[in-house]
Amino acid sequence: MSRAPISIAAIAGLMALAFSGRVDAQRGRGGAQPPAPPPRAAAPFDLTGYWVSIVTQDWRWRMVTPAKGDFQGFQLTPEAIKIADAWDPAKDEAAGEQCRSYGAPALMSVPGRLHITWQDDNTLKVETDAGTQTRLFHFGDYQAPANAPRTWQGVSLAQWQTPRGNVPLIFRPADRTAGGAPPVRPGGGSLRVVTNQIRAGYLRKNGVPYSQNAVLTEHWDRYKRPNGEEWLTITQQIEDPQNLRNVKLIAPVFKKEANGAKWDPTPCSSRW
Amino acid sequence: MLVAVVTVIRKGKAVRRILWAAFILAAMLPTAPAFAQIDLTGTWVRSSQSDNGNSPFQNDLLGIPLSADGRAKALSYDIASLSATERQCQMYPPLYAITGPFPLQISIVQDPITTRLLGWNIAGWGDRDGTMIWMDGRPRPSQYAPHSHGGFTTGEWQGDTLTAVTTHFKMGDMKRHRAFSSDRATMTYRFDRHGDILTLTGILEDPVYLAEPYVLTEIFRLTTNPNNFPLTACEPIEELPRLHENPALVLHYLPGKQPFVNEPTQRWNIPIEAVQGGPETIYPEYRKKLKDKYVAPPPVPRGGRGEQQ
Repeated sequence: MSRAPISIAAIAGLMALAFSGRVDAQRGRGGAQPPAPPPRAAAPFDLTGYWVSIVTQDWRWRMVTPAKGDFQGFQLTPEAIKIADAWDPAKDEAAGEQCRSYGAPALMSVPGRLHITWQDDNTLKVETDAGTQTRLFHFGDYQAPANAPRTWQGVSLAQWQTPRGNVPLIFRPADRTAGGAPPVRPGGGSLRVVTNQIRAGYLRKNGVPYSQNAVLTEHWDRYKRPNGEEWLTITQQIEDPQNLRNVKLIAPVFKKEANGAKWDPTPCSSRW
Repeated sequence: MLVAVVTVIRKGKAVRRILWAAFILAAMLPTAPAFAQIDLTGTWVRSSQSDNGNSPFQNDLLGIPLSADGRAKALSYDIASLSATERQCQMYPPLYAITGPFPLQISIVQDPITTRLLGWNIAGWGDRDGTMIWMDGRPRPSQYAPHSHGGFTTGEWQGDTLTAVTTHFKMGDMKRHRAFSSDRATMTYRFDRHGDILTLTGILEDPVYLAEPYVLTEIFRLTTNPNNFPLTACEPIEELPRLHENPALVLHYLPGKQPFVNEPTQRWNIPIEAVQGGPETIYPEYRKKLKDKYVAPPPVPRGGRGEQQ
């Protein structure tokens, strides 16, 4: 090995160790490190409450069941087209699979309401009235039970992404650096959720398929408007090479409601 | 730990390299918190996987929370009016950043003396004015100030999200050639970056033509190969002789005379009251009103169903 890589490696390692030491110093020397707050307490923003879908995009594919063979907006593999061409809602009903279009990759696009609560300090629960589904977002080092059967909502691992504390000078607004003071960084952040181990289902009510190997990656971004309204954009990436020739990218939008007065649980339907 | 590493380093180059790499990774990983990203510079290619702005029908107003005036304005519009010389090169309003076909080319603008950030610039395109998002706290112009196609935009960071508000833009298309926003409208952008994915949420508010905010999203991917960024100049030509023979002619449809109003209903079986938009149509409960009225159209034949998009 040449001298340069060793030097670079050594410097990098020492820097990392030094940084770790600084963190330890902040936590106090000699004593046990205080436990990190649980995800519920560490949440950079509050998602709990009732949220309603705002259907301003893809209306004719979300608000009604589109015609069989209407795949516009998807780049499907030949295998997927074959599955979609065989779509038969009556057959799904007979098999007790009316919830095929309510699985995790499709659920946030189904018009309806969300009820979000904390099931416990490490688990965020997202219920939908459309299809009466429940998604559980597990924080930390959650391990799904071995040999657990696949479900429509699969297994979701969640992580808060918080704003960085020190923004490079070049990106700081000038009015926040007056007097050399550190920039004021209003709160915010994002919730990242990765879901897999799902049952195969439909991305669109008319049988556009996803496989059980699909992986859904989401970022939940909540924002408050000056008029007090709270909105939520959920950026979704759906990867399923078996059925999709590219990564499906969509971002459904929700608006917060004051209460659950309009919460209207309805069962899954394969036709409507 | 260091002693162990040094001992092993004495054995073979390949092993040493692997162990050094592992050592660095092990040392660095605990120090890498889950931060979002705030640098928006670069060229972002849109994914175009939603129907924003796209429809085969001029009177497809699905999902637009139009006011009564907004619906009347949309139905009076004759797309042939775009052939008037003075309209051929008119630019789209700010919402076109979401509904248009082009990538976003974003750069920073610095104070030449202090190098501090003055603003973020989204380059213009053939039919879209550039957007300068001022970050230096400058005041918004008077409401009587001249309006441009791009408008006046200020921004601020909310967490790691850039939020920008545009005012002072001219009347323009809300959904390409189908509905319109007035010159009193306000557009709010939110730029959420997640790795190489950029989600742009646009909230358009208009006291004249909208009953509620019109919210659209588009997702972009950072590209290092931005050769799909054609800048084209628009040159007006004579398109419709009747417009040039009679410059006073303003093409339009009188109320109730829009000849294409039934096209989406005929094609998709969606009731006409839904096709014409309105605030109630964007909420889930509207589906109940449709349930007994809607029958899915016949299967789409091969070649016409979009699977090759």
